[in-house]
Amino acid sequence: MKILVNNKETELTAGNTIADLARQLELPAQGVAVALHNRMVPRAQWEEQILQPGDSLVIIKAACGG
Amino acid sequence: MEKLIIAGKEFGSRLFLGTGKFNSNQTMEEAILASGTEMVTVAMKRIELENKEDDMLKHIVHPHIQLLPNTSGVRTAEEAVFAAQMAREAFGTNWLKLEIHPDPRYLLPDSTETLKATEELVKLGFVVLPYCQADPTLCKRLEEAGAATVMPLAAPIGTNKGLQTRDFLRIIIEESNVPVVVDAGIGAPSHAAEAMEMGAAACLVNTAIAVAGNPVEMAVAFKEAVVAGRRAYEAGLGIQAENLEASASSPLTAFLND
Repeated sequence: MKILVNNKETELTAGNTIADLARQLELPAQGVAVALHNRMVPRAQWEEQILQPGDSLVIIKAACGG
Repeated sequence: MEKLIIAGKEFGSRLFLGTGKFNSNQTMEEAILASGTEMVTVAMKRIELENKEDDMLKHIVHPHIQLLPNTSGVRTAEEAVFAAQMAREAFGTNWLKLEIHPDPRYLLPDSTETLKATEELVKLGFVVLPYCQADPTLCKRLEEAGAATVMPLAAPIGTNKGLQTRDFLRIIIEESNVPVVVDAGIGAPSHAAEAMEMGAAACLVNTAIAVAGNPVEMAVAFKEAVVAGRRAYEAGLGIQAENLEASASSPLTAFLND
């Protein structure tokens, strides 16, 4: 199935969770946050949150800034 | 020198550093360590799926440093609350530099949205350090809303123009019951020293250090300027004369003649 990660179409196995996606994208253990349809999903809920086709996620990480 | 206390946390340094515009993460880390700072800002960006660049976070995470995530890029209070929640999750801290500047040309903070966001974020348990206009009335309102500090600007971000808002900063410092951190526009150690002599609790510096010929040396210069300014403030500056008439500091009794 296709989902959107930071507005980019991404292929994910049907029934996969945010935790599966995090493994697929090799997200680091710290320093990232994920939002599903503009609502932050705490890391503790990643294993339970099953993604649906067309879901839109935002994933952020640290950047330099003042 | 008195310790700086924000939201019950003690800081040994009154210099806060931003992490933008450095040529490399290595130089940034060296400047951070040389400055003696204990508070460092970090921004957020969307990950790029194909680009596994160097992780900047590892260069700023040190046991003595409080991370201060900022909300740069948001335009409204609602977006700021979302950014704050993402920051708390990503960086494991409820400290937040709230900055809402919708106009990319001057990057001046939106006072209405900043106040609204401060009220909401304090209720959500954040330690809010709002970047704001050098507006004494607004700073009072932010304080009443529960802001941990106020961070009025000296001049537009990145301009290095120094204390353009000097007189308003004086009023804010005089009236504030929370630490006043002078943010944005500080372009030289002398600007930082002047802000500290006026009684500012701390200065936040980024561009002036990051774009210096030698950022690490400049970080040290700012460290020393902030200490000097604060010491001078605590020591009590002499009153400036209203005119240019001299007041002798040496005895005027003649000894060469008569």
